[in-house]
Amino acid sequence: MQSNFKNMVLSLSLIAVFAGLTLASVYTLTKEPIALSKQAKQQNAIREVLPAFKRLDEAEKVKVATGDSLEMYKAYGNNDTFLGAAVETVSHNGYSGDIKLMVGFDVKGNIINYSVLEQMETPGLGTKIVDWFRTETRNQSIIGKNPVKNNLTVSKDGGEIDAITAATISSRAFLEAVQNAYDAYAENSDMLKRDGESGATETNDNKNDSIQIKQE
Amino acid sequence: MNQQSNLKIFLNGILKENPTFVLVLGMCPTLATTSSAINGMSMGLATTFVLFGSNVVISLLKNLIPDKVRIPAFIVVIATFVTVVELVMQAYVPTLFESLGIFIPLIVVNCIVLGRAEAFASKNSVGKSALDGLGMGLGFTFALTLLGTVRELLGTGKAFGFTIYNEQYGMLLFVLAPGAFIALGYLIALMNKLQKAKK
Amino acid sequence: MSYILIFISAVFVNNIVLSQFLGICPFLGVSKKIETALGMAGAVAFVMTIATIVTFIIQKSILEPLEITFLQTITFILIIAALVQIVEIVLKKTSPSLYQALGVFLPLITTNCAILGVAILVTQKDMNLLESVVYAISTAIGFGLALILFAGIREQLSMVKLPKGMDGTAIALITAGLLAMAFMGFAGIVR
Repeated sequence: MQSNFKNMVLSLSLIAVFAGLTLASVYTLTKEPIALSKQAKQQNAIREVLPAFKRLDEAEKVKVATGDSLEMYKAYGNNDTFLGAAVETVSHNGYSGDIKLMVGFDVKGNIINYSVLEQMETPGLGTKIVDWFRTETRNQSIIGKNPVKNNLTVSKDGGEIDAITAATISSRAFLEAVQNAYDAYAENSDMLKRDGESGATETNDNKNDSIQIKQE
Repeated sequence: MNQQSNLKIFLNGILKENPTFVLVLGMCPTLATTSSAINGMSMGLATTFVLFGSNVVISLLKNLIPDKVRIPAFIVVIATFVTVVELVMQAYVPTLFESLGIFIPLIVVNCIVLGRAEAFASKNSVGKSALDGLGMGLGFTFALTLLGTVRELLGTGKAFGFTIYNEQYGMLLFVLAPGAFIALGYLIALMNKLQKAKK
Repeated sequence: MSYILIFISAVFVNNIVLSQFLGICPFLGVSKKIETALGMAGAVAFVMTIATIVTFIIQKSILEPLEITFLQTITFILIIAALVQIVEIVLKKTSPSLYQALGVFLPLITTNCAILGVAILVTQKDMNLLESVVYAISTAIGFGLALILFAGIREQLSMVKLPKGMDGTAIALITAGLLAMAFMGFAGIVR
């Protein structure tokens, strides 16, 4: 087809308009499923790391020493008994990029379970964080451990957890994220303070940001 | 060209002009997304959809687009299809979307897609272009799946997630970046050898 | 993030070609001679920096306020395509010598996924404008480094006798693999 200014502008604008229309309609169609799938992922992670609960508090924003603002979800069982909380935590010291986790703690601050939300570690090495720290062999597992009573750092740094073979950096970052989660939890949980166990958590300089638990 | 049978057009992309092994196009996704067989296959299928769609639309529009603005017009059509894939994958297979990451939007700059639009779809009928898009796409998918399987098997002892042999004996290198280059290099060498043997 | 860290990470640790797999086409295509490799590296650096700035501004001032970020792919690729054309025309009129050095490579750049890749990565990593520019320039340097090293090896390689099946792309890819392995040695410098 011959090109002149008029038909060039006309045909390009027509194509652009059609493209815009198509995309706008596809976007409207997929908007809801995208939001739902994102939500489902988070909900599933919370369910995975906590015991069966009746009710979940709205997310609370908690600032920790690293400057990140973590989200904490408190869970309640029958008669509104406090069961523990799930904390969405992050470490920026991953091998490549951030590591995002959901960690669940019980009333005493013991780790119930964790779930990796986001990571970009090396396939076959760092990606093992997904299951490594909840596999009960040697000193790998952090399940049931308490960041106050147990030294949750890699054995190379004097801790009691075995790092993933050939992926010490990923392991360190993972444990750092867990510690952050615990700090956020300890900072904001009346239960822990009453037990007098929170004395060991180092950072209390974020008092102003802490929100008291709502007793409903 | 007109005498070419439909079957031949279809098979052309899969074997004789396989985009990966023979034309050596679209290397970025080929290398980046084949750390496992399933990733490679999904990437291939996403690309197939874009190739098929853009080939059909472009051959429909070929008489309406002025010659001088044909490349930008093609790019808009291709980018539209890519965005559709992006949104649909995000909605229904979010985990897969995350593991393929940035390479989904980058289908736009995959030389195969624009190359087929320019070389085939802008000159042929809708039916033939559709077949060509499908053939090329499946050829690409085949290559990616093969490479993904080889890397996964050598690197972790698995194929499509099923354990074949103990992971401890896997050569991790093949899952990492250098292994991608090396595995593809050897596969291409093998294909060359087979092609020569046929002649 | 400090700028030096961004620089080292983009040039060595997360080299765009050898560990991120972006821009492989020109990496394999124009690496037979060091001279052409230099030209390509220059052109990429030039376009990548400008493209990152322009797409960054569009993203922040149009796409995000209007909440139409799903149009990112289509907008960015059109901007890059238009930009490459404009750069070509401007260079031709204003600096014929530069145009002669880079001209042939410019049309190839539209389909260089490194350019679009960096533009998208910058928005994904939530960088500010200055960080983005530093990142774009460092990435371009990393691209140039890999390209020129690779061209140097291939120049030597062309004098060697090879098994028939290995000739051409196959041996180029395996060489690239070895180069990537060497670059893996930088891992761990920046966490």
